[in-house]
Amino acid sequence: MNDIIRRDPRTEWIARNRLHPEHDAVLARMGGSAPAAQWMGPNGIIRRNPHAVGFIGPNGIRRIDRSGAQTANAGGSARRDAAVAPTRRQIRIETPAFYVAVVADMPGGRLSAHDRDVLGLARQLADGASDGQGAVLLVSFGESREEGLGDAGVDRVVSFTGERFEGYVPEQRVTALGGVERQHEPRHWLFPDSSLGGAELGRRLAVRLGERPATQVWQIAIGECTGRGAAGSMDISRRLPRIVLALPECAEPVSDTTHAAESIAPPAALPQALRRIEDLGAVAVDPSSVALAEAEFILSAGNGIRDWDGFHRAASVLGATEGASRVAVDNGFMPRHRQVGATGTWVTARVYLAVGISGAIQHLQGIQQCDKVIAINTDPGCDMVKRADLAVIADSSEVLAAVVELVEGVRKEQRNAA
Amino acid sequence: MQRERNGNVTGDERVKVAALVSVGRHPVTGRPRRAEYDARAVEIGLSLATGGGLHLVHAGECSSESEAALRAYLGMGIAAVDMVQQPAGADIVPALESWLRELGPRLVLCGARGETGEASGLVPFLLAERLGWSLVCGLAEVESVDGDSMTVLQALPRGQRRRLKVRLPAVVTVDAAAQPARQSAFGPARRGELQRLDAPVTPDREAQGWTTAPARKRPKRLKIVKATSARDRFKAAAAKAEGGGGQVLTGVSAQAGAEAILKLLREEGVLR
Ligand SMILES: Cc1cc2nc3c(=O)[nH]c(=O)nc-3n(C[C@H](O)[C@H](O)[C@H](O)COP(=O)(O)OP(=O)(O)OC[C@H]3O[C@@H](n4cnc5c(N)ncnc54)[C@H](O)[C@@H]3O)c2cc1C
Repeated sequence: MNDIIRRDPRTEWIARNRLHPEHDAVLARMGGSAPAAQWMGPNGIIRRNPHAVGFIGPNGIRRIDRSGAQTANAGGSARRDAAVAPTRRQIRIETPAFYVAVVADMPGGRLSAHDRDVLGLARQLADGASDGQGAVLLVSFGESREEGLGDAGVDRVVSFTGERFEGYVPEQRVTALGGVERQHEPRHWLFPDSSLGGAELGRRLAVRLGERPATQVWQIAIGECTGRGAAGSMDISRRLPRIVLALPECAEPVSDTTHAAESIAPPAALPQALRRIEDLGAVAVDPSSVALAEAEFILSAGNGIRDWDGFHRAASVLGATEGASRVAVDNGFMPRHRQVGATGTWVTARVYLAVGISGAIQHLQGIQQCDKVIAINTDPGCDMVKRADLAVIADSSEVLAAVVELVEGVRKEQRNAA
Repeated sequence: MQRERNGNVTGDERVKVAALVSVGRHPVTGRPRRAEYDARAVEIGLSLATGGGLHLVHAGECSSESEAALRAYLGMGIAAVDMVQQPAGADIVPALESWLRELGPRLVLCGARGETGEASGLVPFLLAERLGWSLVCGLAEVESVDGDSMTVLQALPRGQRRRLKVRLPAVVTVDAAAQPARQSAFGPARRGELQRLDAPVTPDREAQGWTTAPARKRPKRLKIVKATSARDRFKAAAAKAEGGGGQVLTGVSAQAGAEAILKLLREEGVLR
């Protein structure tokens, strides 16, 4: 067929004339199933048909979506949502001009928020160089359980696993980093400046390589970096050195690209490091002596506790640090330094178990940073239940007693088996 | 004030301990004072080495202000502090290194990071590397020192502790996890002696190229919504911070509820 556009002046005229009896039929023929919402008029002016805009919502009211997504052919709202879901650009760097190495802390095998920020910084350094495209090389120790390495901006991964790198073995780790240094000669080494993680390892590597690192860095411009000095009261700007220890929020984490995260083999022959430090393992710490602000697991009591002995027993059996709402403190059941919330302590626990706490805003403020919140409450409509990841609607003393019973049952079985 | 002696320290009482002390800066008033972490290091040193086994050294400029700050360490019950005189802008690591080589302590204690200057916390690392000694960070407590090793507790995040056996001689850094330092008493601070020592000066050339400024406030990170259309941006801005999603168990027995809770606690790994 030839592709000369043949005009039919009569249908065009009918299409322009909304009052023509054949108007809808002609529109349907011209523009698919539904009448066209806008078209070019005869003298070059855009014409709109407001009746064809939008779609009929579930309650029979016409809804108009002004997002720019065409709704003339309505009904496909599911399809529209799918189209809106952000898609990340896939990036694969075949032959990088240089490497930017990042040694992530990866607590529990996953990237921390701090790690992601540092990876974002590494991305800036790798992409912003004038002499070619660099690649971000992640060096990780121990078993990795992170799936989103590519989304965090990692091009290559070197992971050191095995017993040699378990526990507190900074000397072995520095030797391993020395191997990476010899093999890949990264242009920059980036570490999160986090105590007992990158802060220590980065400084050890720096003195081993004889490089002077920039510490507590929070900003990087072209060839320059700014870091805190003098206990955070001073900014030091200097030339960007090879080794950088960066603070949290030093850069935005990668958000719109996905990288390959190919794993490459670790350097084969590592020299045996001197073992001057022996890790004798974790020490059991009395959870009640741990400061509330840094406790990992908090069992918190509110006004809904009837059986206080049962609560304390549950805390000791679960090995949790005790917290309390203000009412429990004001009523004299708990000491003041155990109060959680706006006027108490802002806690950072990974798991917060709130028993008989209604979830007043002053209390919820204090637990903003908790990862998982569990609520035990008799009132299914209270705010704590809305905030919680798991809520059990039942009487507090009964549930706590059942928890204690279950845990002790399991422990007894283990002891008998052993 | 009479202090309880650290009861569990055993072995050789006369172990030679050195502590590196610096001049701190009060975070609010900005006046010179003893540095917080260094004072904690001295406190640990006092619990280890009784009877003059603890040697304090400061390397830096000598002025009346720094002298007053250093006297605060003397007030913790120490007879003398060695002041290795170095001008401002000098690299103090070589001076400290030669002082340590001469003294030959088994253990060097220092604060994790200074309160003035670059405060990068590199000095202990540099010293340990140059002297070839072991290095431990974040010390909470020294449990025992015997012969050529010691057992220490290292502070981990979230109040946890880890026990380490460290070969001596060692450099250890001390931060907020260690026991707070005792108060400084005025009389002993006046009576104590500041011994001035001279040492060759190594200028810190690299630091001369830096520009320093009072700390600027860091911009607060905004929640950036990457959306292609105004509608999506509006939806993201108007969305509630927490969108439900939690599991609610209604009308279950206490046992079933307890099981669900324990399952989550095990998944999170907080139940041991
Ligand atoms: C200026 C100001 C500052 C404040 N600061 C704080 C603060 O820092 N921290 C803080 O916590 N509060 C603070 N408050 C108080 C806060 O507003 C609430 O009053 C308080 O948090 C409520 O405590 P609660 O949830 O324990 O008690 P309630 O609100 O009485 O809630 C008790 C809950 O227990 C449930 N319950 C009852 N019986 C049982 C049962 N047998 N089994 C299970 N559940 C049961 C109930 O359904 C209810 O949800 C502040 C208030 C003000 C005005």
